[in-house]
Amino acid sequence: MIKLNVNGKKLDFDGDENTPLLWALREQLGLTGTKYGCGIAECGACTVHIDGQAVRSCVYPIAALEGSEEITTIEGLSKDGSHPVQQAWTELDIPQCGYCQAGMIMAVSALLKENPNATDQDIDDTITNICRCGTFARVRKGIHLAKKKA
Amino acid sequence: MNKLFNTSPNLSRRSFIVATSAAGLSVGVLNACAPSEKPVDYSQLPPNPEVNAWVHIHHDDTVTVRIARSEMGQGTVTGLSQLVAEELGCDWDKVTFEFPTPGENQRRDRVWGSFSTGGSSGIRRSHQYVREGGAAARMMLTEAAANQWDVPVSECTVEKGVISHKGSRKSARFGELVVAASKLMPPTEFKLKDSKDWIISGKSKQRLDTADKLTGALKYASDLTFPGMLNASIKDCPILGGTLKSFDASVPEAMPGVKKVLQIDNAVVVVADTWWQANSALEATPIEWDGGKLASYSSDEINALLDDGLEASETFTGNKGGDVDAAMKAAAKTIEATYNFPTQNHATMEPMNATALWTPEKCEVWCPTQNGEAALRETVTASGHPIEKCDVYKTILGGGFGRRGMSDYVGQAVKIAKEMQGKHIKLQWSREEDMLHGFYHPITKCKLKGGLDVDGNITALDIKISGQSILAALMPQALVEGADYATFQGLLPAGLSDRLEDQTLKYSFPNFHIHHAMRNPPIRPGFWRGVNLNQNTLYLESFLDEMAHAAGEDALDFRLAMLKDEPKMAAVLKAAADKGGWGSNDGKHRGLANIYGFGSYVAACAEVSINNDGTVKINKITAATDPGHAVNPQQIAAQVEGSFVYGLSAMLFGEITYKDGQPEQRNFDTYNSMRIKDMPKVETIVMPSGGFWGGVGEPTIAVAAPAVVNAIFSATGKRVRKFPINNRDLRV
Ligand code: FES
Ligand code: FES
Repeated sequence: MIKLNVNGKKLDFDGDENTPLLWALREQLGLTGTKYGCGIAECGACTVHIDGQAVRSCVYPIAALEGSEEITTIEGLSKDGSHPVQQAWTELDIPQCGYCQAGMIMAVSALLKENPNATDQDIDDTITNICRCGTFARVRKGIHLAKKKA
Repeated sequence: MNKLFNTSPNLSRRSFIVATSAAGLSVGVLNACAPSEKPVDYSQLPPNPEVNAWVHIHHDDTVTVRIARSEMGQGTVTGLSQLVAEELGCDWDKVTFEFPTPGENQRRDRVWGSFSTGGSSGIRRSHQYVREGGAAARMMLTEAAANQWDVPVSECTVEKGVISHKGSRKSARFGELVVAASKLMPPTEFKLKDSKDWIISGKSKQRLDTADKLTGALKYASDLTFPGMLNASIKDCPILGGTLKSFDASVPEAMPGVKKVLQIDNAVVVVADTWWQANSALEATPIEWDGGKLASYSSDEINALLDDGLEASETFTGNKGGDVDAAMKAAAKTIEATYNFPTQNHATMEPMNATALWTPEKCEVWCPTQNGEAALRETVTASGHPIEKCDVYKTILGGGFGRRGMSDYVGQAVKIAKEMQGKHIKLQWSREEDMLHGFYHPITKCKLKGGLDVDGNITALDIKISGQSILAALMPQALVEGADYATFQGLLPAGLSDRLEDQTLKYSFPNFHIHHAMRNPPIRPGFWRGVNLNQNTLYLESFLDEMAHAAGEDALDFRLAMLKDEPKMAAVLKAAADKGGWGSNDGKHRGLANIYGFGSYVAACAEVSINNDGTVKINKITAATDPGHAVNPQQIAAQVEGSFVYGLSAMLFGEITYKDGQPEQRNFDTYNSMRIKDMPKVETIVMPSGGFWGGVGEPTIAVAAPAVVNAIFSATGKRVRKFPINNRDLRV
């Protein structure tokens, strides 16, 4: 049994320690907002924050956690969808199918926390999530809008 | 609330119903009264009946529009709701939606028509009857009010969900009239609003399904859970026509959480408590396949097959005019080029999945499908139950692009559930399984020959396509004496059939022949967003650029000269060129393309530069589209932007190659897709000219690649004819 600190709650994980964080979240802890897209750290659909850093949870085994880390998933980014990134995403109506968007929002919110003035070059270098629906043009606008809202 | 569709307690209505205000107004039942009135607790009242199949109105005036088509990101739910709400005359801020089930459709004599969602048809093929549904509901509500007040219907007015009668100063809310309205005879004649009077349709409304996509609250099919549910992972024989020779079940059976190891047809399935356990155990399972005839099949053989088609003398003619052979001989100058378009996987962001429950009494399936009725038929076949005992519950799809029009994964889930009676079984494909078992974009090559006269006019054009037919594989009954006319999408003559009318060639060429040497390699083809318009436009529009260059003509003027009889086509091309800066002397490199597809006129002007390493940087694409009627312009813009990512991902990176009878690409590391750094600026000009209903999800894909390729030529003087481009040095 491992204690995890997810979205400000202490949760017990009692499964195989080799389980990637993604599947622990989705299947044991009931947090299905974090998505599976590739399982090999290529697409970013599974992005969560570990101590504020964007992490691709599909390749992050539970065993690599000590338990004290603050894990934040899309469900815990804000209580009511009011995080500046979520607000910007609402205003610009960014999601299409939406499946990649939890990961996209988590990647972007981590970037803006680290670098509140992120430039287009910073965005190009940091945001490498795949979106097959192709929301990138609005995502870029959304990032700049979120900077103003923060 | 209507109980019809509340089939599962876990599938919360909330996940399908999202209020429309930016603040995320909740679908409460207490807050719809005028502020001066005392709130009424509507939950004490019996639920309202539906007004008709399309419209349900709650006591609090919340309008639930029933949407038969699937929502996969293309915004069809919002657009169709706008059309219904417009005719209904309700308050747009009170509109929500739900998906009726295909089983319900069956029981009600297909009252919602087709559930199939593809070919950019969500709106263009159902606008009439959904608007009539909204209008009928409004007429019944109005009649109910007029009856109550004993006044003529013609004196009643409807605004934002309130019906008023001026003379008697009476008014009533929709929610109060539903019971009476539902008892009236539905009207049979409708007068629909003129699009110039629209106040909800035609406007850039926010989508109805955004809020829960931003918080993780939306449940996709892959997120569903049910009490006691088990999870399954599957490996089907990766070689077409191959079989499962043997597997050692003792290995997975000894692994944690594993409940059952099964063979389903030629697939190995592991069922476990969690999917991670199921998939890990499946990965560890020793499996031997018998590849059969195709065990050593490779892309070399596919290429040889297509090359043979390029030289074939026997072909199917799609379109022709004049005498191309004579004109070619007489031409002052001829040019020739060969292009290719590789096999593509749809790679929807959410891999295929379905959850099934089989009991002796019924079979139920929860799945992301583009065709609920096909999924239901598959459920019936796989379950062995009659249709009355089956139903399918659709969720919002994590991408579709044509892949989810097929129901193979539904049949698998049902067969597994049948082996695990009484338990919900969620079958989730791994990304690798999804890459191996696609219904791929057809592979083709194309040889084009053109003749010019001394003045640089086109006198002859021969387009020979060699390669795969989708219909031959999936709907052979649709072939016409062996020919697949859909192969000629965008290149067809007018007057073939209603369905093909929106795929016609708009250029007039004096002497031309467009033909197809059908060569079907053993790959499952499928409908992939844009379908055959993608390669046909790439072939045609790149080659016309080559001809314009050979003729020493401006590529815009060259095209416009052949579009004299097509003012709508010419108008979008000019609009894209103008806004895109065509002809400006700023040293930038631009390319053009245009096509008529899925009933819409589209054009693009791309602007590129070449990086120091010779790779392309796509700076900007200006797109113009005339879909006739534009129901939600901001969503059309979103579709145009998204379609470019899909089309350009294919042009830049997309290719499935074969070795040992199976696809070599297994995940996004080898099947790459565009990232934000690759994304050009997109400017979208929506220019609806009225009078027709065209699609928007697909047509613009087709112009992105040729516009870019033509811009690359402008920058490098080198033609790109081999795809994907794959980060190669374009200067050599
Ligand atoms: S699922 Fe983790 S990066 Fe794709
Ligand atoms: S919105 Fe569908 S994959 Fe990004």
